[in-house]
Amino acid sequence: MQVLWQIFTSFFKIGAFTIGGGYAMLPVMQRDLVDRLGWLDEQEFLETIAVTQSAPGAIAVNTAILIGKRMAGLPGVAAGALGVVLPSFIIILGIAIFFQNFLGWQPAIHFFAGVRPAVVALIAHVAWKMGRKLITGRFYLALFFAALAIIILVPGLHPVWIILSSGMATVLWTASHRQAAEEGE
Amino acid sequence: MLELFITFFKIGALTFGGGYAMIPLMEKEIVAQGWLTQAQFLDIVAIAEMTPGPIAINSATFIGYQHGGILGAAAATFGVVAPSIIIMVIFSHLLARLKASKYSIALKGVGVGVAAMIAAAVFGLIKPAITNFADLAIAVAALTLAITTKLSPIVIILGAGLAGVVLYGLVL
Repeated sequence: MQVLWQIFTSFFKIGAFTIGGGYAMLPVMQRDLVDRLGWLDEQEFLETIAVTQSAPGAIAVNTAILIGKRMAGLPGVAAGALGVVLPSFIIILGIAIFFQNFLGWQPAIHFFAGVRPAVVALIAHVAWKMGRKLITGRFYLALFFAALAIIILVPGLHPVWIILSSGMATVLWTASHRQAAEEGE
Repeated sequence: MLELFITFFKIGALTFGGGYAMIPLMEKEIVAQGWLTQAQFLDIVAIAEMTPGPIAINSATFIGYQHGGILGAAAATFGVVAPSIIIMVIFSHLLARLKASKYSIALKGVGVGVAAMIAAAVFGLIKPAITNFADLAIAVAALTLAITTKLSPIVIILGAGLAGVVLYGLVL
């Protein structure tokens, strides 16, 4: 029961402080799931993002479901999904019912304008922390820059291709390395 | 009500890549249904972007409410989430199997690939997010705090928002 409550509150927080969509959720998620609760290490965190990004749907929702399932089975799925959706649901209903002129309200615009650059900085920080942990050798460093170059050079390329090809390259490299080591013996 | 559920189920099931990637299909479905005009739709996307939470959920809740009240909001939101539940439960089994297989090393490379995607996203976000000196100051302050202190990202985000209210509202 306690773990269900933890899943719910964590994803409620993530839902409430993901401002700007997409990768904006990463800093809060990393702090809560990796640093505070220790449910995932850096590697597992990035794996999770890979899976949730390869599937249809909102990434934050997919992540809540995947982590909920992993920590507590189907009840965990319900707790995670409900937690991540509820803040949006409440805030948007509030705006729709009481505050149709939200876009004309200057402080909201200014608040968001201030949040935006900070979120970019926080995402950069998360990417740096993760990358440092994960890039443990020359192969992974080369893989990182190859992937980065492809993403920048081919705009609109779907993430799933990067995910599949990095996975495959790693399997092939490891296999050829092992073979070379065996032949050398 | 059922129509709201079905339309958003379709949006949830067919849009890959989350957030911004979902907007074009959403626009097509919702404008085609005659629920909103193009301009209204763009307003809702702007609100969805500025408020916390995934953009898809925000839009579903807003459009659902406008067309069916609170129940409509619930139907649309549940519709957009339902495909994720089905697909993610299947994916979690596949992931567990891959992890237990001899190809599990693939996941390490996948992690590196995702780190590259995040890094590329940061490069793409810098230009639209940092357009003047105040933006730059906020970004530098946030990065400095994230590196040198243990402050929660939530605190930094709220602080940046307040800094925005002060800098753009009162000073500039």
